[in-house]
Amino acid sequence: MRKVQNNGAWLLVLPVFLLVAFSAVIPLMTVVNYAFNDSFGENEFFWNGFDWFKEVIDSDRIRGALWRQFLFSAIVLLIEIPLGIAIALTLPKRGFWASLVLVLLAMPLVIPWNVVGTIWQVFARGDIGLLGVVITSFWADFNIGRDPLSAWIVVVMMDVWHWTSLVVLLAYAGLQAIPEAYYQAGRIDQASRWAIFRFIELPKLKGVLLIAVLLRFMDSFMIYTEPFVVTGGGPGQATTFLSIDLVKTALGQFDLGPAAAFSLMYFLVVLLMSWVFYTVMTAMDVEGGTQ
Amino acid sequence: MARIRLDNLAHTYMTYPRDDRDFALKPMNVEWEDGGAYALLGASGCGKTTLLNIISGLRAPSQGRVIFGDTDVTECPTAERNIAQVFQFPVVYDTMTVRQNLAFPLRNRGMDPTRIRNRVQQIAKVIGMEAELDRKARGLTADAKQKISLGRGMVREDVNAILFDEPLTVIDPQMKWELRTQLRRLHQEFGHTMIYVTHDQTEALTFADKVAVMFEGRIAQLGTPEELFRKPQHTFVGYFIGSPGMNLFEAEVDGRQARIGPHVIPLAADYGRPEGRVQIGIRPEFTRIAASGGIPVDILRIEDVGRHVVLRARHGGVAVNAILSEEDTLAEGATHAVFDPAEIGVFVDGWRRDPVEGASA
Repeated sequence: MRKVQNNGAWLLVLPVFLLVAFSAVIPLMTVVNYAFNDSFGENEFFWNGFDWFKEVIDSDRIRGALWRQFLFSAIVLLIEIPLGIAIALTLPKRGFWASLVLVLLAMPLVIPWNVVGTIWQVFARGDIGLLGVVITSFWADFNIGRDPLSAWIVVVMMDVWHWTSLVVLLAYAGLQAIPEAYYQAGRIDQASRWAIFRFIELPKLKGVLLIAVLLRFMDSFMIYTEPFVVTGGGPGQATTFLSIDLVKTALGQFDLGPAAAFSLMYFLVVLLMSWVFYTVMTAMDVEGGTQ
Repeated sequence: MARIRLDNLAHTYMTYPRDDRDFALKPMNVEWEDGGAYALLGASGCGKTTLLNIISGLRAPSQGRVIFGDTDVTECPTAERNIAQVFQFPVVYDTMTVRQNLAFPLRNRGMDPTRIRNRVQQIAKVIGMEAELDRKARGLTADAKQKISLGRGMVREDVNAILFDEPLTVIDPQMKWELRTQLRRLHQEFGHTMIYVTHDQTEALTFADKVAVMFEGRIAQLGTPEELFRKPQHTFVGYFIGSPGMNLFEAEVDGRQARIGPHVIPLAADYGRPEGRVQIGIRPEFTRIAASGGIPVDILRIEDVGRHVVLRARHGGVAVNAILSEEDTLAEGATHAVFDPAEIGVFVDGWRRDPVEGASA
């Protein structure tokens, strides 16, 4: 077959290009504008080169937030992915109970972020919250306003409660798609439960797990509302993640230049990390490949 | 290795079966000898796969028992039965190499790595995949994957039986013949009990020492190819086995005579006066075309199929086929089909009827 080159085809891409330009590129350009210029108001801008970027990178406060952000995403992924798979494996495969359990599991997913934050704020209070009271009376002093560890525990638990269901649902769908013949072959080959998981289920789940990891990473890396409602970023800076810090910079201090530079780098880090996850997980497929 | 016995076994997919028709497998007693090569032959949907899955324990029977040797294994899970099964469509473990796939059943048993290595090499040779041993299984073609499945089925030496569920469906014809020969050889070499499910009579008759023909959830007959040919126990067997199948006519039988309409056919023995739907059957191999006797037929066409000639004819609305050797020239005016009395079978409601005791001599 001969390939015909027709540059007129570019016109067909034009509508999408315009749409993306208006929805993403142009708003982003204003941020870019702020990131490279300084202004004293009156809509007058002065070229500032990379100074804002340098300032942001050198800031201990922002480095701290970045480190906390990575730690938070790592903890959340390490808990939610295995836990989600484990729960999906134990769910009933069909019938009334399967539907009921799925509906119940999906409940946290439809609760607004603010509400989730409020629920956990109250839940964790040492005087009236169930969690706070129980831990305080049986174990140790638990105060998310004073103790960084308490604050972290609550923020992580909250995210696990809110989002593990997503991983469960994805993994459940992946498990349902495995043909019965594979399990039959496993039984014939006298595979142990672990071997069935390791060599049949896990490989077949790879696709949905890639999506789960990407979604959970991006979401957790950009988390704002829930910790803001529960801890307000405190105590001190203990739970100040990148978004909370960014909002403080942009709206609290009205430092638009550094905030814009910060935003661009934030965006690039999320993009970079997603690319890394995607590349690593798809490369694992080809490893020891067929060629 | 063990003898496999099915004791009053039946299966239904319904919770409350009302009558016989709701059973995918009707109650049956079968015994598969230790080390035998069996084929399970029948049309699609006759219960072959269900029966196989019950033997391997992938499905629990509604009633009856499965016995390996002297042990009742009805309640045992598949893994405990130590049985191998190859499915119709390939199942390979995607993330493993061909070698790891073949070694998987052995590794699950905790076998010594050197022995695994040797055994895998041996099996790879049988299925002709020595060169591809270290490739990932995922990128292979369907028939290569099926060869891996076959290899995994044969890799364990101590299995009670190896079950094949139409394993060569996805394999190309040339390879099909080769693999079947290999399976035969393996059977002779290791003496595993093998049960081979197929709907292809050539495959069944060339693979097996004994063939079980299944029909509507029943084993219509379990016998050697010779027995299936000479003494089919059911009209289905007569019709299903052979090419073309048995000629069947509605008839009235009285002692040593059968009557097809006004035409009288002599029988070799006394069959009494059977009641019900009575049919007589005769193989085309024992049908001659002559000028008189037998029943009159309209000859439709003659097919030359190489070693012999198949004559297609019709008596009323019923097809009559005859196999003639090439030397047999069709005599002028030969318009009657004549049957060899010794080879005529009498069937009542589908099942073969034996001659009346003592009167057959």
